[in-house]
Amino acid sequence: MQAVLEHSAPKGASERKGKRTGLLLLSPAVLILLVWSLVPLAMTLWYSLINYNLIDPTLHGFAGFSNYWYLLTDPDFLYSLLHTVILVVGVLIISVGGGTLLAILYDQEFFGRGIARVLVISPFFVMPTVSALLWKNLMLHPIYGVYSAMMRAVGLTPIDWLARFPLLTVMMIVSWEWLPFAVLILLTAVQSLDSEQKEAARMDGAGPIAQFRHIILPHLSRAISVVVMIETIYLLTIFAEISVTTAGGPGVASTNLAYLIYSRALLQFDVGGASAGGVLAIIIANVAAMFLVRSVARNLEV
Amino acid sequence: MAIKTKRSTKIAVTCLGWGIALWLFFPIFWMILTGFKSEVQAVSTPPKLIFAPTLSSYAEVFERASYWHFTFNTVIISVGATVGALLLAIPAAYSMAFMPSKRTRGTLLWMLSTRMLPPVGVLVPIYLLARSTHLLDTCTGLAIVNMLTNLPIIVWMLFTFFREVPAPILEAGRMDGATRWQEMTMVLLPLALPGIASTALLSLILCWNEAFWSLNLTSSNAAPLTAFIASFSSPEGLFFGKLSAASTLAVAPILVLGWISQKQLVRGLTFGAVK
Amino acid sequence: MATLELKSLRKTYLTEEIIKGISLSIEDREFVVFVGPSGCGKSTLLRMIAGLEDITSGDLLIDGQRVNDVEPGKRGLAMVFQSYALYPHMDVYKNMEFGLKLAGVPEKERSEKIQHVAATLQLEPYLHHKPGQLSGGQRQRVAIGRAIVRNPKVFLFDEPLSNLDAALRGQMRVELSALHRKLNATTIYVTHDQVEAMTMADKIVVLQKGVVEQIGSPLELYHHPRNLFVAKFIGSPPMNFFSAIFQNGGHDGSSVQLRDGTLLHVPVSPPDILPGTKITVGIRPEHVELAPASDDSGVVEVIERLGAITLVHVRCADGQIIVVQTDGFTTLEVDTPVSLKLPPQHCHLFAPDGLAFEACRRHPLAA
Repeated sequence: MQAVLEHSAPKGASERKGKRTGLLLLSPAVLILLVWSLVPLAMTLWYSLINYNLIDPTLHGFAGFSNYWYLLTDPDFLYSLLHTVILVVGVLIISVGGGTLLAILYDQEFFGRGIARVLVISPFFVMPTVSALLWKNLMLHPIYGVYSAMMRAVGLTPIDWLARFPLLTVMMIVSWEWLPFAVLILLTAVQSLDSEQKEAARMDGAGPIAQFRHIILPHLSRAISVVVMIETIYLLTIFAEISVTTAGGPGVASTNLAYLIYSRALLQFDVGGASAGGVLAIIIANVAAMFLVRSVARNLEV
Repeated sequence: MAIKTKRSTKIAVTCLGWGIALWLFFPIFWMILTGFKSEVQAVSTPPKLIFAPTLSSYAEVFERASYWHFTFNTVIISVGATVGALLLAIPAAYSMAFMPSKRTRGTLLWMLSTRMLPPVGVLVPIYLLARSTHLLDTCTGLAIVNMLTNLPIIVWMLFTFFREVPAPILEAGRMDGATRWQEMTMVLLPLALPGIASTALLSLILCWNEAFWSLNLTSSNAAPLTAFIASFSSPEGLFFGKLSAASTLAVAPILVLGWISQKQLVRGLTFGAVK
Repeated sequence: MATLELKSLRKTYLTEEIIKGISLSIEDREFVVFVGPSGCGKSTLLRMIAGLEDITSGDLLIDGQRVNDVEPGKRGLAMVFQSYALYPHMDVYKNMEFGLKLAGVPEKERSEKIQHVAATLQLEPYLHHKPGQLSGGQRQRVAIGRAIVRNPKVFLFDEPLSNLDAALRGQMRVELSALHRKLNATTIYVTHDQVEAMTMADKIVVLQKGVVEQIGSPLELYHHPRNLFVAKFIGSPPMNFFSAIFQNGGHDGSSVQLRDGTLLHVPVSPPDILPGTKITVGIRPEHVELAPASDDSGVVEVIERLGAITLVHVRCADGQIIVVQTDGFTTLEVDTPVSLKLPPQHCHLFAPDGLAFEACRRHPLAA
């Protein structure tokens, strides 16, 4: 806030008039977002409390918390919750950890660095359905996939990754998409580090590891929190990758909350149950959001 | 001795840097390569790196009238959503950057938090709303949803860029007799144009690649490229050549845009957290 | 040509009052400088006059018209910003043209005016350069040109020289003074640099914490500072201060006793205070006289030789440091004992509330 105030400068000739103009310019975006965030939320809440099935009109009336009860006692739901957490945390660890290391690597001077960087960040620009199919068919296909061929070449039996380790494989595919994003942001952050700071640390006798811990990592903290926030937004609702590769299976082995709600609503037409899941997803997301937005807000001089 | 160590480190860094880069890029490279194979070559075991390239897969993809239909949808949806979001976001960001109030910080964080609302949570009502307003499976409907989901991030990015414009320049405009509107259009927008462009670019990329709503709110009429590619997850996906050719076509424009604009994208995406 | 009147202007930010009721009138063609330490509210006051900050209460009149609610662009003012605030996407010509264009001046007239101003400011070769291609001094000229071309009633300058290096600053100072003589326009100039204030102003307004400390001509401020703050702020190196005891006084002067017992009869008339009150004596370094030590009243601690002048820092018997300005030829050395002479006609006395005793005779240049 301080920064805004200091920066703020332009103020209208008459404060009230200035405020009105400001509000007038701001309100369309705010109002439309308000509607966008509240109306569906209210509807979800309402649906979650009634019996509502799109193909079974005989089923209606107030359901109370039975949709929630049904969901919470459903092992599928608990699995999907667990899978959601595993996916988010796993991908975050891989992309932020790997991203930090790669950012430092690509900060070093070497031959063809510019091109190598472009290659590294490319997967971020690939649409999720393409990357899912790409991995499913061209890379990991048990017969025709490149990885399978490589395993055969060294005398191993190829693995049907998506059937044997569905969740892990989905996590790898998603990490492949998001690692470049982390590299993109963190590399810029590493490059913005004042070289005098590094030199001062060297003069103080800090080795590479001490430099990393005490200089680079603290400097990256703001950028890391931005990466975590943006990635979490998207990772909580991984959908296309699962839908295209495993369709949540086998069984529910790779079903996350997003996919579960989708299958309840649009495959089983159980609007009430799906809405209950939606409400729970919103609650989970809000808990995460509370932490994330707070930490980002702390790290940003707004 | 020291120099020697340094050189060997350098060689190691070069190898590592290039090794990782090639490994991460390999799937994309292989996809592009496979697009130029015939279906037989595409599924040959072991996979062939050297082959006689053919355009037959591309020809087949192009022959399907539907390919252009999907591309057209994607372009309409992405551009529509981006233009709409910018029209809403520019005045909002201008207001917050140059006429901040006590509530500005709260408003910004609230906007961001609406983005945290998981789409799955509201899938059902949005689906039903779209159905009852006849926006289901229309480009308009999907463009509106894309615009709304990206609006918070776009406002944030523009806010970040606008704040980099020195306030005295706008004040000079006002001293010169510019109205608020003239100040915004004749002074601020030309100055913030690079920022606005990279914001638009990010919005285009996000819309182009958006999958959740695209898969759930469209079926045939308004389906964008994401949905078109997803249709290959059926047994048809075993036609590796066609899949690769179609995927390459779907990805190429954004990949090239991303390559060109990576630096500007980062500036906006970090919300000013990285200078 | 214009007059300005400020009637108890106040400005409140959130809960904090930044400008605490300032009244001031500015004559036609006057060059007024607002000076004060950073955070004193001088820039805020200027921006209130410009219309860039709103006025919480009070009236602002230009040529007798209340303009509190008039848009900045319609007040007939032009402003030169500290950062110049040139439009980076327009070349020099377009920068100067922008305001005229918005005002609906016909193209031919615009071009004539800009050519004329560019000639005055030697900007002709740069008319089609973008600001980014210009040096600091050139940008400064463009900013001034952009203000002049609109032929405003009042010029506002917000610390315009603070981004220039020392040599250029001196040059621009002279140019600005010359320009003011030529244009003869009412000017308000904000600075924290007292040299700029002293050399350029017809009238200086010293501000501190949103309050006017003194208004007067440069020499008035120098010779007759109204209070301790102004006495400290104006003059470089700053005035020396030490405490003394007030003895008695009348129309012809006041007697004070210094801490070493010396009696001083200063030609200033005392306010209503009791004999025995502790007061402050002030004297400028250039007015203290050094004499060879008759006693050990002081020892030279530091000598700063600036060429034309020498600043001698003397530690007195009671430990206080007094700065003395002498010519450049002094042969004094560090650790030499010296004694100080304080010519009473140059001493200032300040009552415990900080207000100066009134001089019996005004200085001829500061009447």
